[in-house]
Amino acid sequence: MTATQDRPAAEIGKDRRRKEDQRLITGRTRWTDNITLPGMLHLAMVRSPFAHASITSVDVEAAKASPNVVAVLSGKDFGAELGVCINAWPITPDQKTPNHSPMPADRVAFAGEIVAVVVARSAAEARDAAELVDVEYDELPAVIGIKNALKDEVLAHPDLGTNKSALWVFDSNEVGTGSDVEAAIETARTDGIVIEREYRQQRLIPAFMEPRSVVVDPTGEQITMWSATQIPHILRFALAATTGVPESKIRVIAPDVGGGFGGKLQTTPEEWIAWAVARRLSKPVKYTETRSESLMAAHHGRDQVQTLTLAADKDGKVTGLKVHLDADLGAYIAVVGGGVPVLGAFMFNAIYKFPSYRFECQTVLTNTTFTDAYRGAGRPEATYAIERLMDELAAEVGVDPLEIRERNWITHEEFPFTTVAGLEYDTGNYEAATAKARESFGYDALRAEQKERRDRGDRVQLGIGVSTFTEMCGLAPSRVLGSLDYGAGGWEHASVRMLATGKVEIVTGASAHGQGHETAFSQIVADRLGVPFEDVEVLHGDTQIAHKGLDTYGSRSLVVGGEALVRAVDKVIDKAKHLAAHLLEASEDDLEYKGGRFTVAGTDQGVAIQELATAAFAAHNYPEDMEPSLDADATYDPVNFNYPHGTHLCAMEVDTETGAVKMRKYTCCDDIGVIINPLIVAGQVHGGLVQGIAQALWEEAVHDDAGTLVSGSFVDYLLPTSADTISFDVVHTDEPSVCTTNTLGTKGVGEAGTIASTPAVVNAVVDAIRHLGINDIQMPCTPERVWRAIQGSKAGGATETPPDAMPHFAEGEANQQSHEGALDQDGAGQ
Amino acid sequence: MTKIELTVDGAAVSDDVEPRMLLVQYLREKLGKTGTVIGCDTSNCGACTVHLDGTSVKSCNVLAVQANGRTVTTIEGLADTAEGDLHPVQASFRECHGLQCGFCTPGMIMQAVDLLGENPDPTEEEVRLGMEGNLCRCTGYHNIVKSVLHAAEGAKA
Ligand code: FES
Ligand code: FES
Repeated sequence: MTATQDRPAAEIGKDRRRKEDQRLITGRTRWTDNITLPGMLHLAMVRSPFAHASITSVDVEAAKASPNVVAVLSGKDFGAELGVCINAWPITPDQKTPNHSPMPADRVAFAGEIVAVVVARSAAEARDAAELVDVEYDELPAVIGIKNALKDEVLAHPDLGTNKSALWVFDSNEVGTGSDVEAAIETARTDGIVIEREYRQQRLIPAFMEPRSVVVDPTGEQITMWSATQIPHILRFALAATTGVPESKIRVIAPDVGGGFGGKLQTTPEEWIAWAVARRLSKPVKYTETRSESLMAAHHGRDQVQTLTLAADKDGKVTGLKVHLDADLGAYIAVVGGGVPVLGAFMFNAIYKFPSYRFECQTVLTNTTFTDAYRGAGRPEATYAIERLMDELAAEVGVDPLEIRERNWITHEEFPFTTVAGLEYDTGNYEAATAKARESFGYDALRAEQKERRDRGDRVQLGIGVSTFTEMCGLAPSRVLGSLDYGAGGWEHASVRMLATGKVEIVTGASAHGQGHETAFSQIVADRLGVPFEDVEVLHGDTQIAHKGLDTYGSRSLVVGGEALVRAVDKVIDKAKHLAAHLLEASEDDLEYKGGRFTVAGTDQGVAIQELATAAFAAHNYPEDMEPSLDADATYDPVNFNYPHGTHLCAMEVDTETGAVKMRKYTCCDDIGVIINPLIVAGQVHGGLVQGIAQALWEEAVHDDAGTLVSGSFVDYLLPTSADTISFDVVHTDEPSVCTTNTLGTKGVGEAGTIASTPAVVNAVVDAIRHLGINDIQMPCTPERVWRAIQGSKAGGATETPPDAMPHFAEGEANQQSHEGALDQDGAGQ
Repeated sequence: MTKIELTVDGAAVSDDVEPRMLLVQYLREKLGKTGTVIGCDTSNCGACTVHLDGTSVKSCNVLAVQANGRTVTTIEGLADTAEGDLHPVQASFRECHGLQCGFCTPGMIMQAVDLLGENPDPTEEEVRLGMEGNLCRCTGYHNIVKSVLHAAEGAKA
């Protein structure tokens, strides 16, 4: 191995201000929509107003006659060169996958699907002309909502014969990681506790602030696509694989990208159409969506019904967990599509020692916007389910929610721990994170206040919610992805270029869109290579510069991309050492590397890495057995996921007369291993928290019965504002559980806040009114839902459980009654 | 087409524009002031916020012709950035990590400058209410609020 410097880490752990910020705070940015090329044409899409319809005719004449319109094209104007939108993760070999044309010629399957494209000299003229395209449709019955889809009465795609796409099953008894869950449930029914619940993960919209935009320039030898994407490399591969253009003729650039959250982890119809139009017309084209189009047609997230059975003994020690998910894919299976709920399969057991576990996921197709990854992707759903259930178990046993968790979690002495889902958690310390969060939150005082208000019968009740989450991130070991039939690997690539002037260029296959890689990666390199932070330049997001990569999602950039970078740096140091020994006429064994300088032990002779870079460039004097270069590459395939965890505590006030909910305090103590930049970490946590809190309290994408997106603008889709949110108390354990599977000891943090916070908030809301007989409020916990739940309980009964809400439960179970505040479980939110 | 003459970031400009052209489109498409961005089509996000005669406006909510004869300041003219200068609010956003992807940032900064002009010493609550019209999806607002308070603090010192 390499002789790395042993000077104390100067950069890692430092709250460096970000290198990215100068251009962003002065407006010197390059968003895709800022790009203008000579002769560039603009696209406007004509979208279907119907959720399901045959296209009988497309009359483009009036649009073509509109001023400065260059072309109007519909699906039938294209052949195979239009390509298809891919699903990279068929979750079972017999998955039913509808053909997904970027612009179908015959039939549309969701409202917002593109049926024609107008090309004009300006965006305004293109939009004007789009209004003039006359499309005739024959409306077909549309299937909206998971429960309707499961009935298979109306089909999203009649040719498939069913709406059921795939059933994916994991059973610990079958694979040998645990025992039989049915037996555990049986035992618990007679001699223990069985908790059965149905939870709804409403449909969400990632709602990145930068609308998606794509520019395609077909002039020159390579066709260049700029796109507001998280995945330039995957995009390039998919364009090559589906449109007949050789990969070597395609250059994809993700310039400054304004947020993604999984929402830009997609290969989109809009990109494919822009690609085809630019090739057809041999002119550069640009398409930038409006916000309404973005909300309607960029992929949505979550949308599951979770049917859950938890078995425990009388003391509340868990004995089994059975999970059945029904997941709405929307009209098509998007790039990761059905894989998203499957990513949750390994996380329902969370930090607890379940001896038995069964997970089933049924994916269904509906005539709605297709769904895919949204921050956390599968893991927030799993964490929500288990953390809600643990609170229910605590209530059943009659102990504090923290106490029930402590009875069941993996203790810090038990790591590494192989879970019932078959994952090996390398490190963690749930006790330490909980103790720290508890103290910082003022848990005991808030519990005392809660009791006091309850005793007093205060109109405003206080609830405390707990979420002791873990997650699997750092996607992903390629072999594991292979075993799950994902279409690609999970490695990452990095290069280090030592420039002649002593500056260092880092090339990473990760593709930042707000994460601050330029800063964090510079810190890593500055420490490891011993060069000034300022001298490191991070290049990314252009397939001609960063030729290899698998991009940014799944909290992978630092733990996978960072490790590739470390390994590339180590190779540079190895080469430099060889050259240094030659120049210093010393033995490599006598060289010491420290602070960016090789010195010969016991002498004052030495040479700096920058001098070596210059020497390698000049190449006047170097050893016979090496090339005159210090540059190095590394491709790193992770050996395991990593498992950040944390304890999140939330205090909510609920006005029992109006149903209004108000966040009082939120504390989280996350253990994410070694922290490279605490400022960036805090930012990731804050933003993640608010996205998770927004699921709990505000956001929901709603399609009406006809399949029209009702929440189609920011007026109706309630993104939280600064006035809705509070400042958070973010702390970390004093001694982090250092990750053992990467050199730096880091764990991912990009999704942690979102994964953890949703159940903490809902647990707090329910905790505030549990004494009224309420054990659930459907998300988002709007004042109206909370108020109705309270009214329902006052009227002496639970809210009606829809007849088909819990199909597989035994009748007459004690904890069957539902107090859900849902207005209408079948309608709202599906 | 209507002829307009106005001052943008200190420079006098004059153009023939369609009456329906929005100020934000004028800034981006005619003047290349792409520092100001568009995040929505319902005047909800505030990404397009600029100053019109010194007061913050959502430039997607103003017609270019309405800016005739007036003075517009965008994020690009807030300080002499070519000289390396930053407006104290810009500096505060960097100092307090008040941005991640940076897409909302020009609007946030312009709104914050206006807010602090009106109320140089706001409480956290006042900052949260004053910034309510600007959406951010990345930061959870925690550090944006901190940035504004930090700028206010700096102005007092
Ligand atoms: S673009 Fe002006 S408010 Fe959204
Ligand atoms: S920093 Fe990304 S939207 Fe605010």
